Amino acid sequence: MRKTLPFAIVTGVGFFMLVQYFVPREEFEIIYEWSLDWIIVIGCFAMLLGLWSLTMASIHKVQRKTPGWGYSVIALIGLIFMLIVGLYPGQASLVKGSIFMLFFEYIYIPIQATMFSLLAFYIASAAYRAFRARTILATILLVSALIIMLRLVPLGPLSSVNQWLANFILTVPNMAAKRAFWIGVGLGATATALKIMLGIERTYMGRD
Amino acid sequence: MRKITISLLTIFLLTLFVNISFSQEEPLPPSEVKASDTPNDNGHSITVTWKLSPDDGAGKKNVVAYEILRSDNPEGEFEIRGVAPAGESRFDDKGAKEKTDKNYLPGHKNFYYKVRAKADKTFAESEVSNPAFAYGQWYHTGKTTVLIGVILFSAFALYFINLARKGKKLFVRPLAGIEAVDEAIGRATEMGKPILYIIGLGSADMIATIASFTILSRVAKKTAEYQTPILIPCYDSVVMAVAQETVRAAYLEAGRPDSYKEENIFFVTSMQFAYVAGVNGIMLRERPATNFYLGKFYAESLILAETGSVAGSIQISGTDEIAQIPFFIAATDYTLIGEELYAASAYLGKEPVLLGTLKAQDWGKALVIISLILGALAASFNFQFFLNLFRVQL
Repeated sequence: MRKTLPFAIVTGVGFFMLVQYFVPREEFEIIYEWSLDWIIVIGCFAMLLGLWSLTMASIHKVQRKTPGWGYSVIALIGLIFMLIVGLYPGQASLVKGSIFMLFFEYIYIPIQATMFSLLAFYIASAAYRAFRARTILATILLVSALIIMLRLVPLGPLSSVNQWLANFILTVPNMAAKRAFWIGVGLGATATALKIMLGIERTYMGRD
Repeated sequence: MRKITISLLTIFLLTLFVNISFSQEEPLPPSEVKASDTPNDNGHSITVTWKLSPDDGAGKKNVVAYEILRSDNPEGEFEIRGVAPAGESRFDDKGAKEKTDKNYLPGHKNFYYKVRAKADKTFAESEVSNPAFAYGQWYHTGKTTVLIGVILFSAFALYFINLARKGKKLFVRPLAGIEAVDEAIGRATEMGKPILYIIGLGSADMIATIASFTILSRVAKKTAEYQTPILIPCYDSVVMAVAQETVRAAYLEAGRPDSYKEENIFFVTSMQFAYVAGVNGIMLRERPATNFYLGKFYAESLILAETGSVAGSIQISGTDEIAQIPFFIAATDYTLIGEELYAASAYLGKEPVLLGTLKAQDWGKALVIISLILGALAASFNFQFFLNLFRVQL
């Protein structure tokens, strides 16, 4: 029963989603939108689960003094502080200038931007590994990358030749590879959906 | 000389006068205004077509736009529903389906249309159109190609699943990333270090995330057999709940329910870079022997994979996000590219029924390749009928 009912729901909803793609009627649209709303509702309830999980994991780390437990203390303080500030009565939390938004804009966003900026350094280190001309394929990759990057640099009389080569790489081999990728992904996604709808793949459902 | 100047000035003034008088003159109205239900819609739209005014692009050339007017009574007051530019002879009067919306267009109710050709300051109205009402269709004819594709692919899948059930051995090509899974788990067991499994930033309704759950189940079963801890930091709380159930079931199947630790599958945050910071911290503190990145990834993919590389972990990645594939290829040891992510669970499970869908995928690809070759030939020889078979209207 623990698997039969969820399986019936998955199959029913799966087939409905397939059918509604081909039926443009209003009734089908309403049920489709209604089911999308359910995802949001479930997500909201599950957020409480997430909150509980984060709190308990952090408390356990602090209690056991596991390596880096200080970060868990900071996480807990941040969580409680933002909860208080966000739920403080008499003040709309998502209004510009509120304490909640001040912390969000002047502490959280700069920290997030700092993390994102790490990407620039990691691109350099990953590119160094990827572009080492050890094999014929890696050499082709290196040469192609150089041509693509140099199209943004003025090269005098060579500019037009490089521009043509860069356009050729982007619109012919690159586009062909991308389309092959998308066709494969489309077929793979359909196969996965079919496996789930037919009940061939049920591992994600948990225990019997 | 004087005469020539006066003549030129006269011609100029005359031309100016004619232009001004034409632009202020009423254009001829559009004709043959017809209204009909918009096909392949939800039943709240009416399509209006008309024959262009003779002064649109010709004659006085003074038509600048067409205004489309609607009324529920041919004798009643008409209201403007939209504007079409000069040269356009079709307008879809799309209404809202909610009754409370100001733009609501009820279905199964007759409406009449008029089209007004607008000049600079004047206009001319057409005759009233035939009555027309909107209604929803039961089938979207523009999606027939997709339907045929789905039926064909499903037929392939069912055929091969049936073959597999009858015991026929199906050959599938080996994938390096999948072959490395056993080795990666074995390495973690030998080193006595945990395995880090990252499902990505996708929500539980995304197909890549679902594919990741199916792989997680196989990986967790092996970690249960080898008694190797598996850590799963989650970005989404629904994903966390599903992952917990999946791993619990895998441990039960492996006969090690006592080894299952729910606290190893935990929620971190739903903020992208805060999540990255949390996971990077785990990588550098716990130094997992193996990192799996399987699911939906965005800009964080390279930061995670490079940190894992610095931590000295074996890394296996897979996503259907094309922009992240190069990063994973550069920074991880093995990468499952696109469809391989979906195929991985069938490879790991080695169940014949699951392999049946892989064979169907191969046949689907063969069909696509044949269609591409035929399509290229048809386009080269301008064989429109064949090309039109593949047009999809969304």
